[in-house]
Amino acid sequence: MPQKIGIPRTLGYYAYYPLWKTFFEELGLEVITSSPTSKTILDAGVKEAVNDACIPIKILHGHVIDLKGKVDYIFLPRLVSVRKFGTETFCPKFLGLPDMVRAAIADLPEIIDTRVDLAKGRFELFRLCCKLGERFGASLPRVIRAYWRALMVYRQYQRLLRERYTPVEAIEILDGRQPESQDSPKESLVFAVVGYPYAIYDNFLNVNLLKRLRGLGVRILTAEMIPTRLLIREAKKLPKNLFWHFSNRAVQAAWYFLYRERVDGIVHVTAFGCGPDAMVDRMIELEAKNNGHRPFLSLTIDEHTGEAGIQTRVEAFVDMLKLRRGVL
Amino acid sequence: MKISFPRMGNSFIAFKMLINSLGHEAIVPPAPSERTLSLGVRYAPEFACIPFKILLGTYLEAIELGTEMIITSGGVGPCRAGYYGVLHQMILNDLGHKVKIMVIEPPLRDIFGFIRNVKTLIKPTRIGWRTFWHHLKTAWEKLVALDDIERISHQVRPYEVNRGETTKVYERVLQMLDEARNIQEITEARVEGERLLRQIPCDYNRPTLKVGIIGEIYVVIEPFANHDLQVTLESMGVETQRAIYLSGYTRDCFVFDSEHDVKKAAAPYLNELIGGHGINSVGETVLYARHGFDGVVQLAPFACIPEIVAKSILPKVSHDLGIPVLTLFIDEQTGKAGIQTRLEAFVDLLWQRRQMMEVRPAI
Repeated sequence: MPQKIGIPRTLGYYAYYPLWKTFFEELGLEVITSSPTSKTILDAGVKEAVNDACIPIKILHGHVIDLKGKVDYIFLPRLVSVRKFGTETFCPKFLGLPDMVRAAIADLPEIIDTRVDLAKGRFELFRLCCKLGERFGASLPRVIRAYWRALMVYRQYQRLLRERYTPVEAIEILDGRQPESQDSPKESLVFAVVGYPYAIYDNFLNVNLLKRLRGLGVRILTAEMIPTRLLIREAKKLPKNLFWHFSNRAVQAAWYFLYRERVDGIVHVTAFGCGPDAMVDRMIELEAKNNGHRPFLSLTIDEHTGEAGIQTRVEAFVDMLKLRRGVL
Repeated sequence: MKISFPRMGNSFIAFKMLINSLGHEAIVPPAPSERTLSLGVRYAPEFACIPFKILLGTYLEAIELGTEMIITSGGVGPCRAGYYGVLHQMILNDLGHKVKIMVIEPPLRDIFGFIRNVKTLIKPTRIGWRTFWHHLKTAWEKLVALDDIERISHQVRPYEVNRGETTKVYERVLQMLDEARNIQEITEARVEGERLLRQIPCDYNRPTLKVGIIGEIYVVIEPFANHDLQVTLESMGVETQRAIYLSGYTRDCFVFDSEHDVKKAAAPYLNELIGGHGINSVGETVLYARHGFDGVVQLAPFACIPEIVAKSILPKVSHDLGIPVLTLFIDEQTGKAGIQTRLEAFVDLLWQRRQMMEVRPAI
């Protein structure tokens, strides 16, 4: 029976899941993802995580608990940097994540906390894949094959995202399923939804925000749908880059949508207690107000976010913009 | 030019001298107060940490005094403090202020930026690099002297016979240091200050507890942010020690890294630089435990990212090494009475614990 490795369905999941899944499956492991975020997972996470943590970190704890007992290993890489150049890193909570989880949850299966620091050199990803392969006793040719397959699938995944599928839909397509049709009957507005992938695409966390917007006749653009190099080009307009990978993408996406794409409004989804977002949110707000002249909505989500609250705010925002465009 | 700077503990005494000696007019922002905080809270993002809010309030108050430029430090992350300057600038511009914020990055990271910044400072007043270096050295001496004097005051205060005397003498010594103009005068003031502090009548037979203070640099150093925590503890007869002083931090940031043993001590629990003083908090707790301290108080602003990581790891350290840790997260709602009550309870527990250890030492 193959050994089982668990991948939590949050944080890095929406960005890198197809890559790791293919890689581990090629190594002969069985990959198990935690169940989609639910009330049970949230409650378990809130109970175990340190009380000052932001909601995504609490949810991650919940996902790890969900995997506990089902798998032999939990894959929780320590993401340090994923850009080959530059000084971009991740939020301190990402950097200390494996240590936090180990200190908070008892009796865990072994945590694979590979340190992903691609800024070190060109072949860093291959090197750490080799190390992982060694860990699971795979031969070098097998690791090389797994590495290439994983990269191929990852590229295909990125292509699907550029075709304006959301990560959840793209992962479904890669798994050979057909995602629900995303076209809403009558689209009259275009919104850019910026924020971290684990906040935007987690339907439980943001109470089905994307579906709600589409239901109101809004076409959605997100950072994942824009090629990364176009986003990075926007970085030059900032006096100083932020330090955090996902925050940089969010800010750059906001700038991109403000200046290069015709969108009617910008929605920033932020998680309660998120440190970097305190900065990101205000930056986007000021830029949208003073220079971009575009309506801006900031949605904070936490463990108490209710359907009615989100629905009301989203509806009000959409109605306002429809009035503005004279669609209503 | 009228130049101001962030205020953090007593460091303003050194910065004031530096800016004045470069031929500019130093605007010393008023000590942070309730008004500073409420100004900052009004304009800062809701989830920004308390240092960001107090600094924004400080800047706004400095602008009322006619400041044209603010000099602050940068950083390389991943702690948010490295990005303060940029966002402060954006917010101040949005409020319609013309003030410019000059962010000094660590020169080893960006030597050209550093040179450019210094040039804009010394060019209008026609000061050469050599003179600049001399003034910088003098200011540095003063900063070190200020920290040394503060360190001594923390050693003396818990044992003073008449409560409050150390604080009085300490303020006089600060005054002396403030008046010192050159390196020689600074050294004299430092020696004299140390003599005065050591002369305070003390009762060294009094039993005291030893508590280490760890956490985020701003709330640890600025008494307004931590509601005078160190002095409060010391008036309860607790000897406190902290590893974070501005001069030490600046040296680590700008020149070399002397915190190797702290990182080594933290390694079994956290082996990754997470920015801010996160790894220091873990490592110092381990070191305090090894040196037989009675307890540790962690101070951090609400929503401080590195300290949250540290906090989530500290229970394990505390359990493994048997050292009690009290974590205080500080935000604009924190009141002095709340801090005081929790500190009193913590100190009582530490006394009880010590008594129990003395009765049953074999653990």
